[in-house]
Amino acid sequence: MSLSGKAAVTGVGDTDYTRDAGGRSVLALQLEASLGAIRDAGLHPREIDGIVMPIASGATVAEDFVTNLGIPDLRFSVATPLGGAGPVAAVQCAAAAVAAGLCTHALIPLGRTGRTGGRIGTRIQQMPQFRTVGEFEAPMGAIAPAQYYAPMARRHMELFGTTSRQLAEIAVTTRRHAILNGNASMTKPLTIEEHHASRMIADPFRLFDCSLESDGACAVVISAADRARDLRQPRVLITGVAEGHPDSPSAITQRPDLTRLGLAKAAPRAFAMAGVTPADIDVAEIYDCFTWVVLCQLEDLGFCGKGEGGAFVEGGALGLDGRLPVNTHGGLLSQAHMAGMNHVVELVRQLRGGAGRAQVKDAELGLVTGYGDLGDGTIAIMARA
Amino acid sequence: MTETPKPLPEISAETRPYWDGLAAGRLLLQRCTGCGAIRHYPRPLCPACHSFEHDWVEAAGTATVHSWTVAHHPFHPAWRGAPPFTLVTADLPEGVRILAPLHGAGPEALRIGAPLRIGIEDNGQGLCLPVLHPA
Ligand SMILES: [Zn+2]
Repeated sequence: MSLSGKAAVTGVGDTDYTRDAGGRSVLALQLEASLGAIRDAGLHPREIDGIVMPIASGATVAEDFVTNLGIPDLRFSVATPLGGAGPVAAVQCAAAAVAAGLCTHALIPLGRTGRTGGRIGTRIQQMPQFRTVGEFEAPMGAIAPAQYYAPMARRHMELFGTTSRQLAEIAVTTRRHAILNGNASMTKPLTIEEHHASRMIADPFRLFDCSLESDGACAVVISAADRARDLRQPRVLITGVAEGHPDSPSAITQRPDLTRLGLAKAAPRAFAMAGVTPADIDVAEIYDCFTWVVLCQLEDLGFCGKGEGGAFVEGGALGLDGRLPVNTHGGLLSQAHMAGMNHVVELVRQLRGGAGRAQVKDAELGLVTGYGDLGDGTIAIMARA
Repeated sequence: MTETPKPLPEISAETRPYWDGLAAGRLLLQRCTGCGAIRHYPRPLCPACHSFEHDWVEAAGTATVHSWTVAHHPFHPAWRGAPPFTLVTADLPEGVRILAPLHGAGPEALRIGAPLRIGIEDNGQGLCLPVLHPA
């Protein structure tokens, strides 16, 4: 049995994205986004019978949603703690669950107070996925994802001639999209020169190569495809979905090829399931914790060969009328860091034709990726039904 | 104002010999006694032959540059005032890699494949860690 076309995204919702949620709890933010997604689908909260939690931070659990939404009979709950690959892994899990009949309407809530809560350097010290690097690399001063990922980017630059200017192209284009969005933290245009003048964080990553820390929440509802027909919105079908883990998933330092992510294993599986190729894709929402991670994923997705990502992104190629519109909402770099759940929300809006001023003309087929922890990759391909 | 201590490794029974080795001035690598494969970082099981049995061998002390980063933002209060410092990912002739700070040179001279020498230094708080020097 193929999972292709068996599940649909039927509802999306989000809160305002800010640098300060004013003391509201992560749970309150998630509940607001969840209600938005459920109403968007035309469902009543008591019809939700599945919950997939993409982040197992312990901040909220499925039971909190049963209690607050008044769900009478939650039939399926699970967590997909793959860091930034978690939201798309949650889409995969929810799609499998509704396709198998374990539940009918699965809610995926994600929220965080990354700006006003614990910051990244202290946060990851508590995550089991970082236990190995926590013991052997953190004592060296390698504390944050920027420092763990930077050697991948540096090696890519040394081997393939990738430049900081090419990374800046990604930041500048993404900012342009954020400005069109209306719910983005960064609203001032960014130039290549401003990118180059921004302070170095972990060479080669400058400040504007790095994503935001944000407060807010977003959520989606995944429904069995046959049940989605009766709901309020045009159906967005999940036609391909996959997860992949890089070699040496617990320590980038020991990875045979530093320039190849888990997505390189997942992408061919997802494209095969969907029966499409990269050339068919109209819009791509690509996990962008750092500019270089976008560039590497473009290669691992097969939009270009390994080492060709730098040339691929040049000349506004990722803009709305470029060869591949990418991160049309402003991404983690300029909209908000919602661990990539906001990428899922944006892809659905694009495929419904509801992306406002950033709408890609005639977008019918798109993809969304996740990238988490030390290189885990996830991908979902979706199509307007 | 008191200085924030650097985080200490959470040492397990399987990784204790590695840390004891560093304290004694030796970089020890885990070697599977089932198939002879050397693995790093230390862990319970050999992924090649699935033997738990292992001993420890001292690294030869040479390395070459695989990649690097220069830390400019400290991310942790214990490293406030420390940046910029260079962290090198280095290939060892034993077939594994280490991550360690570069001492005795700036990042300018780094190239993939450049030769390095491994040292061991106290981090100022009683923890001995590998460091890399230009060879
Ligand atoms: Zn073995």
